[in-house]
Order: sequence, then structure tokens, then C-alpha cells
Amino acid sequence: MPALIEIERLTRRFGAFTAVDDVSFTVAKGEVLGFLGPNGAGKSTTMKMLAGFVTPTSGTARIAGFDIAEQPVQAKRAMGFLPEGAPTYPEMTVTDFLAFCGRIRGFSGRTLDEKLAIAMAQTQLEGVRLQPIETLSKGFKRRVGLAQALLHDPPVLVLDEPTDGLDPNQKHEVRDLIQRMAPDKAIIISTHILEEVSAVCTRAIIIARGKVLADSPPAALMRPGQTLDQVFRDLTLAPREAA
Amino acid sequence: MSPTLIVARRELAGYFATPVAYVFIVIFLVLSGALTFTLGGFFARGQADLSPFFNFVPWLFLFLVPALTMRLWAEERRLGTIELLLTLPITQWQAVVGKFLAAWAFCAVALALTFPLWVTINLLGNPDNGVVLAGYAGCLMMAGAYLAIGAALSAATKNQVIAFVLAVAVCFVFAAAGSPIVTDFLSQRVPLLAETARGLSLTERFNGFARGIIALRDIVFFASFILFFLFLNAVVLDHRKAD
Repeated sequence: MPALIEIERLTRRFGAFTAVDDVSFTVAKGEVLGFLGPNGAGKSTTMKMLAGFVTPTSGTARIAGFDIAEQPVQAKRAMGFLPEGAPTYPEMTVTDFLAFCGRIRGFSGRTLDEKLAIAMAQTQLEGVRLQPIETLSKGFKRRVGLAQALLHDPPVLVLDEPTDGLDPNQKHEVRDLIQRMAPDKAIIISTHILEEVSAVCTRAIIIARGKVLADSPPAALMRPGQTLDQVFRDLTLAPREAA
Repeated sequence: MSPTLIVARRELAGYFATPVAYVFIVIFLVLSGALTFTLGGFFARGQADLSPFFNFVPWLFLFLVPALTMRLWAEERRLGTIELLLTLPITQWQAVVGKFLAAWAFCAVALALTFPLWVTINLLGNPDNGVVLAGYAGCLMMAGAYLAIGAALSAATKNQVIAFVLAVAVCFVFAAAGSPIVTDFLSQRVPLLAETARGLSLTERFNGFARGIIALRDIVFFASFILFFLFLNAVVLDHRKAD
């Protein structure tokens, strides 16, 4: 079986600036890939290209076998995407918002209700289901975004900073949720929190200035006597100091 | 339900969830009523028809419709929801048309709420209701044309004020193109352009409707005008969505 996410020489330039430079990797079912890098390293741009929002300058990617450029709608159908900052429509209630996403994804009637109930249970949103999203706290908003990504039980999940803004308990719950779903999905999460990578990821990719610098299981990244923190700094700072 | 209609439905509900809808409708009704009765001389004319009303609608729409469209894409950009909307499994064309249809339906609601004028002329005399209906159809066509222009310009800029001013300016060009001032000026200097200007004029076509004539070529004109700008909207959106 081919990998659920296949990225081939993906490149994106903004003017003279190369945000993502010839990135290739694959993520198979059962893998949770931690996407690490300093701010502006190209994490979000790579994820936006996977989700079909940013058009690659060159290279391509396949989601569950569907090419993001040639079969964008099928590729998007197979994916749950949490954009950076978890944007939602503030005036809608949680239920209305999730129902909108569910309808777009082709659910209706009883199936839609079931999908909504499952997604809200997974993200603990039942208590606020009839509240307008703008009245919710940051943690709840983030979980609404997460619920939207999980709603259709997609084989591929791309989550841009899923635990940003959550309190320690909520972070723990989201990590548990990701681990529970991991066996049947291919998941990419981006994060700044290195302990999160050791906690939930089966593999870590460190990216800086658009290039992949390391790709291995989190444990293998750590050399004896070093924390993941130090490895991260060594990898992402070294070339800049040399230059 | 098709994705286009799901997008349109959410969008339309969004208008009524915020004060935008009520402010727009109240201002439209107050201004159209006031202009019809004062400047239009509704009673003084002694005729039971709505031509004083139909004379003002295109000029009211000139300012009110861009106020409606300026936030169409700019707001999605500001909230970041554009990333969500365009990574759902729909084509960009469906998103563009869905948003346009919602705004158009909203204008239809605003127009329908002027029904007391129609009731009044029917109480005062025996108007030709066919002509009235054609006039309303013309107003709707006019609204559609302005909406399509405004939507395309909203996709082109992040700034709502710029989107508004540009939309008013471009709508004005198409509204004024057929006026005697413009065509006389052009026919004296560049006769070729005078014909083009008259051909592209929205008011010229609208006047046909207001006189009670629903000509196929006018409908085709408005349809192609709207489609052209919606197409432009999709192209601009594709080009600038990630900026």
C-alpha cells in the first residue's frame, strides 16, 4: 500500500524568497509526524500546500493517492486540515459551524447528526454546542477547529499547531486523542513544543529555511547526553552562525 | 444539496447574524422611500406606476451594493477563514458562486421589502403589474451586475475601504457609460468608443426593464456580464488567496 501522504520535491517561492525548498517525504498509515522548525521555517507553507490552499511553485504531493494539483477536491475530501490559528466563523454557533463543514463534506440527516455528536464528544465540545464561537475561550475555539478537521474521520490529518493556546489538561487530552486515532491515519502535526514530539510523534522532521534538516524517530534525534531542545538548536542555528 | 448552495446558505445566514443585514435593509428602504416620494414626486405625478422608484434604485445600489461586497472576501481574509473555506472539498468556482448567490438573494430580500410601494400604487390606481414586475427584474439584474464587480474587487484587495471605493468607481463607470453626457462627449471625439460605451452601459439595459420590456438580449447581456466578473473573481482569488 502506498503512503497516505507523499510529498515530492515540493517548492514554494514568494518573489525572491524561497519558503519551502525541494521538500520530499512520505507519511504512512499509523505514523504521527512531528513537523518542527523555527518560526518562518516553512512549516505552515508546506501544510497549506498539502491542504490545497497555497499552490506549489514546483513539485507536487498526493493525499491518499490523489494529486493535490490534478484532483484537488478528492485530495481535500481525504484530509482533515486545521489551519494555523484555527479560524472559524465567529458569529456561528458551534453546532451550526460543524454542521456547515459536515454538509459541505456530503453528510446530511441522521448521519450528519451522528458525525457531529462523535466529533463534539472527541473534542469535549458538548457543553458549548449552542454558543456562538466568538463567545468561547481560546482553548474552545481551537477545539472547534480540531472538531472540524476530525468530523469526517479522514485518513489524513494535517494539524497546524493543534495544542497552541490550550491549557496543560487540554493539551494532554488532545495528545491522547491524536494517539488514539493514530493507528488508522497518517497524521502531520506542527509544533514549537519539543516535548510534544517525544510524547505523541513516531517520527520528527526538523525544517529550517525551507529545507529538511533531519528526519528520524524523536528518540534517534537525541544524541547521548543531549535533550531534543539542544539538538533542535544545533540543527537550526548552526548554518546561520557559520554564514 | 450542492456545495454551492451550502456555501450560499451559510453566507446568507451570516448576513442576518450580524447588524450588516439590518443596517443595509433599513437604509435602503428609507432612502428609496424618501427619494421616491420627494425627488421622484410619487404623488404629484398623478400616475400609478413605480417609475420614480425604479429611477433611483440603480443609483442607490451604486453605493449600497459595494458596501455589501467589500467584506465578501476581505472579511474571510481577515478572519483567516478563507483558508478553511478553500481547503474544504469544493472548487473555487463553487465558493465564488455560492458567495455571489447569497449576496444576490439578500438584495432580492431588500427589494421584496419595498412591497408597500407596490401595494400603494395598486390601491391608488390600476397599474400595469407586468411593467412593475419587469422593473423589479431589472433592479435584480442591476444588483447582480454590481455585486459581481464588487465581489471581484473584494478578492483583489485585503483592505475593505479600498474594495469599497474601487467598486463604487467601477460600477459608476458602467452605470454612467450610456448617459447622454458621456456618449455625446465621446461621439464628438471618438465615435467608435461612443458605441462601445453605450453597448456596455448597465443603465441603458436597465431602462429597458423599467419600461416593462424584458428582452432576451438584455438578459443575455446581464448574464454574461455577471459571469465574466465571477470568472474574474475566481481567477483573482486563485492568484491572491495566500497573500
